[in-house]
Amino acid sequence: MNGSRTESSDLISEEKVKDPSRNPIAVEVKDVSKTFRIPKHRVESFKERAVHPLRKNEYRELKALDGISFDIHQGEFFGIVGRNGSGKSTLLKILASIYRADAGTIRMAGRLAPFIELGVGFNPDLTAYDNVVMNGVMMGLSRSEAASRLDRVIDFAELEEFTELKLKNYSSGMMVRLAFSLMVQADADILLIDEVLAVGDASFQQKCADTFNQMRDLGKTIVLVTHDMASVEAYCHRAMLIQDGEIKELGRPREVARAYFKLNFDASSARQTALDYMEDGEVSDDFVLDVDIQAKVRDSWLSDAAGGRTTNIEVGERLNFNVEIEALRDLNRPLFTFQINDSKHVQVTGFNQTLEVEDESGDRLPAGSVARISGTIENPLAPGRYQVICWVTRERETSKRVVQGLKLFEFAVFGIKRTPGLVEATTNLKARILTGDADE
Amino acid sequence: MPMSDSPESMGKSPVMAPPGADLKLREVTGPSAVGGGWRRMFDLLFLIAVTDFRKVYFSTVLGYVWSLFRPLVLFAVLLFVFTQIFRIGSQVENYPVLLLFNIVVFGFFQEATLAAVMSVMAQEGVVRKTQFPRLVIPLATALTALFNLGVNLVVVLFFILAFGVAPMWTWLLAPVALLALTVLTTAICLLVSSLYVRFRDVGIIWGVLATALFYATPVLYPIEIVPERFHGLILANPLTPIFLELRRLVIDPNAPGALEAAGSWLQLMPAIVIAFVTCVLSVWVFHREAPRIAEEL
Repeated sequence: MNGSRTESSDLISEEKVKDPSRNPIAVEVKDVSKTFRIPKHRVESFKERAVHPLRKNEYRELKALDGISFDIHQGEFFGIVGRNGSGKSTLLKILASIYRADAGTIRMAGRLAPFIELGVGFNPDLTAYDNVVMNGVMMGLSRSEAASRLDRVIDFAELEEFTELKLKNYSSGMMVRLAFSLMVQADADILLIDEVLAVGDASFQQKCADTFNQMRDLGKTIVLVTHDMASVEAYCHRAMLIQDGEIKELGRPREVARAYFKLNFDASSARQTALDYMEDGEVSDDFVLDVDIQAKVRDSWLSDAAGGRTTNIEVGERLNFNVEIEALRDLNRPLFTFQINDSKHVQVTGFNQTLEVEDESGDRLPAGSVARISGTIENPLAPGRYQVICWVTRERETSKRVVQGLKLFEFAVFGIKRTPGLVEATTNLKARILTGDADE
Repeated sequence: MPMSDSPESMGKSPVMAPPGADLKLREVTGPSAVGGGWRRMFDLLFLIAVTDFRKVYFSTVLGYVWSLFRPLVLFAVLLFVFTQIFRIGSQVENYPVLLLFNIVVFGFFQEATLAAVMSVMAQEGVVRKTQFPRLVIPLATALTALFNLGVNLVVVLFFILAFGVAPMWTWLLAPVALLALTVLTTAICLLVSSLYVRFRDVGIIWGVLATALFYATPVLYPIEIVPERFHGLILANPLTPIFLELRRLVIDPNAPGALEAAGSWLQLMPAIVIAFVTCVLSVWVFHREAPRIAEEL
């Protein structure tokens, strides 16, 4: 919910003393390529084949992965990051044997948990008991092994009283607990995880954090695909940035996060909106990006009418926005650029905020001080889940700047009214019939 | 390839030996029909079939009754039509039980293959997100239908005895004929389920074809009343010999078996060849399509 995970990355990095980079290799990827052939005109029926038997199918080739090679060591927590469509999920699916690579080889040591998402294959019509057994068999256990694992799974999930309840009657929290428990108790050596942190509330994310740390301590090899740099920095021993099917950066999580921020910032309109503040208005490519933490989110939330906190907003209802950002170093002439992204990480809107000061010399946030930004935002958002990100910039008028992306919070907009598209247009239109007289 | 091939592992002792540090690197070959070994596949297959079967039987109050409902109603209607209107039935010994038996057995074939068409599509979530042996999906459909057949045959057996057919030792051979039917059914399940992913027309085509097969197989009528010149056509249907044998083994020992109806092995060849080609083709097509199913969905 807040920046506590960003903050804790320093603490956790001390645990990284247990360096797995000297362990034997668990996953070896060599020159893996994958090209999707997207038919320009998809032949989905025999009729089309019959009518145009000689027409050669035309394909647009989409190179999702282009000769990727890397190794992951046993016991390593390995992050794969990249923007949407960069090929990272394709890579994960190839690792999981869901897709077949066109070229290259992959070798693995040990048992792979064949899931890339939580709760895959859950059958809502079955009891927790049956689902656990089914899940175990999918993992490659025998039926009796899967059944004997049951107690441990149920214990860990704290669902002893509900083993005979059908999954469709479970609350979402119980479902998540069960899914996590299955993952922890999987007895797999290698786990592939796709973006589990993208959903869920604070307690869920806490459970995630605990689980990840636990699995790391157990020496499991974990590959995590995510958009969230905070979790990359918090958990990963190493990380890899993929862009356009190629490895852009591979190494320390901090370097990778930095490269990702740069990539993201360059591509997002945050850059453009930030540039608007520049006095010379010149577009410069040499942004100084620094993920050395210069600011952290002390707290951020949406408040409801009663003054409490909420993460659910009705369609059209104003957002009561609050964020407290603490400077970890002196921030001169800071600029806070907010970005609202939808669940697909597509930016829906954004806005800038500077400090309200009497004269220019006061436009600074000394280290240790807190800026509170609050107020209301009109809400034209369509129902869905959203995420708020804040870019903190200092020396905003100069072309050299330091930028940091902070994840603030997620919220959901709900309502029965259907909005076409991403936002609702506020209109003041009238339709009138033009009669002959009106033409005169 | 042995572990020592990778330079990283040479001459270095692991700082923190994780469990299973001595594991060998093995090549990952990507998705396949079997994916993850035969034992896992059979365990999954059995579990899914049992689950589906239980879902049908325990999710509704009358569970079991419903699965018999369809064949019984069909049976009642057809029995009325063919004994009261067309009067074919009255010339055939034990026509009512023969009809019921045939309907239940053909129902297995129809239920399995029709359900198989959409089966892979219906499991989209699993197919796209886990390394799931693709073969399990159509096989589970066939197996579930087979469980149903087993349960329904118990009721049919009761009817057969009630109609005064004396138990015969040839009943023990009936499973052999049913096995042949199961193999053919499974082959068609594989074929339609993998083709449907690429060609959606398969759903419609198979729906029509399955209905046509119902009439092209001696289900409603005994082979004796079919004019001689059509025997070749009807016997080219691989289901025909199976139904003829089942009738002879279970209901009426004096009825013509497959060989007797065909006259010679030569005349049975078309059915055998078609059945064989279907089986080989289905395995080949499924094996070819399996790795790409997740992408094509």
